[in-house]
Amino acid sequence: MNNTKSIMIVGVGGQGSLLASKLLGSLLVSQGLDVKVSEVHGMAQRGGSVVTYVRYGDQVSSPIIQQGEADYLISFELCEAARWSAFLKEDGVLIANTQQIMPMPVITGAAQYPQGLEETLRSVCKNAWIVDALTPAEEAGSPKAVNVVLMGLLSRMLGIPEEAWEKAMEACIKPALLPLNQKAFQSGRALFGPDRA
Amino acid sequence: MKELMLGNQAVARGLYEAGCRLVSSYPGTPSTEITEFASTYPEIYTEWATNEKVAYEVAMGGAIGGGRSFCAMKHVGLNVAADPLFTTSYTGVNGGMVVAVADDQGMHSSQNEQDSRHYAVAAKLPMVEPSDSQECLDFVKEAFRISEEFDTPAMLRLSTRVSHSQSIVTLSDREEIPLRDYAKNPAKYVMMPANAQKRHVVVEERTRRLQEFAETTPLNRVEPGSDRRIGIITAGICYQYVREAMPDAPVLKLGLLNPLPEKLIRDFAGTVDQVVVVEELDPVIQNHCAAIGVKVTGKEHFGYIGEISQQLIRTKLLGQEPPKGCAYPEAVPVRPPVLCPGCPHRGVFYTLHKLGVTVFGDIGCYTLGALPPLSAMDTTLCMGASISGLHGFNKIRGAESARSSVAVIGDSTFAHSGITGLVDMVYNKGFSTVVILDNSITGMTGHQQNPTTGYDIHNTAAPQLSLEKLCEAVGVSHVTVADAGDLKALSAAIKEALAFQGPAVVIARKPCALLKTVRRKPALRVDPDGCIGCKACMGIGCPAITFNGKAAIDPTLCVGCDLCAGLCPKHAIKEAAAHE
Repeated sequence: MNNTKSIMIVGVGGQGSLLASKLLGSLLVSQGLDVKVSEVHGMAQRGGSVVTYVRYGDQVSSPIIQQGEADYLISFELCEAARWSAFLKEDGVLIANTQQIMPMPVITGAAQYPQGLEETLRSVCKNAWIVDALTPAEEAGSPKAVNVVLMGLLSRMLGIPEEAWEKAMEACIKPALLPLNQKAFQSGRALFGPDRA
Repeated sequence: MKELMLGNQAVARGLYEAGCRLVSSYPGTPSTEITEFASTYPEIYTEWATNEKVAYEVAMGGAIGGGRSFCAMKHVGLNVAADPLFTTSYTGVNGGMVVAVADDQGMHSSQNEQDSRHYAVAAKLPMVEPSDSQECLDFVKEAFRISEEFDTPAMLRLSTRVSHSQSIVTLSDREEIPLRDYAKNPAKYVMMPANAQKRHVVVEERTRRLQEFAETTPLNRVEPGSDRRIGIITAGICYQYVREAMPDAPVLKLGLLNPLPEKLIRDFAGTVDQVVVVEELDPVIQNHCAAIGVKVTGKEHFGYIGEISQQLIRTKLLGQEPPKGCAYPEAVPVRPPVLCPGCPHRGVFYTLHKLGVTVFGDIGCYTLGALPPLSAMDTTLCMGASISGLHGFNKIRGAESARSSVAVIGDSTFAHSGITGLVDMVYNKGFSTVVILDNSITGMTGHQQNPTTGYDIHNTAAPQLSLEKLCEAVGVSHVTVADAGDLKALSAAIKEALAFQGPAVVIARKPCALLKTVRRKPALRVDPDGCIGCKACMGIGCPAITFNGKAAIDPTLCVGCDLCAGLCPKHAIKEAAAHE
């Protein structure tokens, strides 16, 4: 039987989903797994809704994830979590950052930013981790480290040793930015709480 | 050695391992990274060409010169390169030549979703199509081998999902292929009628040999499967979807897309109860099956539009409904792409919106100027069509129309195919106004250098094409340069150009806000006591400005470009420090 696992990373263009997927790719390859990572470049990146698929297992065929197929949905922005939640399996895990970035139709007044997102997301996703990743990212030194904070939280769930994550970070992040990201990663791990490991 | 690689990166690796010596391309999503990665190998001479036709011809020159040569482009780029494509089918090559064309099923970043396989059929060229990164690497090597064995350019067809997916590849060393001798051979390379008539005979004979090759090449393979009720014929990314959705189905996986085999398909069809062709866009394989009398279905299930997926196959062929998932019960506002905070195009489109002029647009980030609230674009067609299109529009509608219409075109697009349109307008006594958006880079495809930037593909200094001098040289007597960040100057320059009786060019100049050389200024802040809620600042459509009774600026997005500050009647938008 196919044991492929699917992780979907969503956010707003410019939020750093490329680094998150690079990190996951490097990590999963280091575990001797077959891996496929799929992303869309180009116009979609310009502040639009962006999606990255990461799939791994003994043998992965399709590089893309469809409705109800994701084991994990990592969202860098709250409204994007709602946009893509249908892609999450009914027993899948949602990890969502509480940060809100207004889409242009909201800015121009043509649409409203959804209200009560957190509560509704919790009601549709059984396993929802809705966390403020922006504050720990800023504390680590950059709001751009939201991606690595969320990877830190995910690292408590995938069952892959922490050393492997650290090695993957060393492989994917420039040495000058490594300490900042290591700090962000640890903050993310701490979000899981000590009692649930 | 194994490595996780983007399909495009694996193509570049394949070029390296195949001993390729020359790569010339024009950027275009989803093909761009091939050439970027190729440029990291010192063994390969790599360049950004001015357009795809030029790139193709440079690669052809390299191949005639005896070295393995390559060019890459997106599907619509192949339209630009179609002229040399068809005739190089007649000349053939010397060293191998491969042209990669990346289709964009689903139009993630394109103006249409044409199916490039038709070009291979029409130009009678062999075409291979990989389904993952390993095949990207392997098929590049095989394409060069085919090119040399059959004396023809070979085509490598890619798709967004293959180009932009990463999967694991095994790396090998580079094979050094010696430069072949070049011998003058006009009968082969001078395509005047007497020679071309003879070469067409060669092309048809080559096609016959390629058809034989299609029956036996390992590029095409049968995977037997255990459930013989439905046999699948497929290629490219669809193969992966089929394997996922129907792991037990017999599959004829085609790697050579042109020419297609006959006996292989017939034999495969004989082993299964029914045959379904799974292919995106047009029924190229399906029509071939019909033509050779093999009964198949395909488009009846999947249609002609957009992408296929594992889920669509499960739904259409197996009758399985998609899993419900954790669907969010309410509508979520769409999030279209937007011009970045600090984008130099924003001021231009704000000005054009205010002036209420008709805008013939072009291809680039600035196509986003068509979206609200700027909404300052009437047409977008293809590379370069802004200038020539407006020229025709104003010839039909008259000089009065020329006073209320402009063409907008980026620096790279202008060099690609705007120049010839401008020459046409001047030569034919046109009177339209062109705004060249010079942001010092090819922006949308992710920052590639071009002839106007003064740098080459390796970011080393290169001769810089002067837009001002070029426009003057082609005969535009009214050429002005305006700072795209200075709304007053910009507005004045555009009004002046519109009033000018004759062809006029305004070069709106300011570097892309994402360039590393552009220094970000501190974020601005709205003084809540000063803000009267007039929404003047909202008109520029900056994603960093939001409004809730009063305007507010998101400090994580703002790059301090000042454009909004100039619009505030109460001067309430200031540098954050000014409030302390």
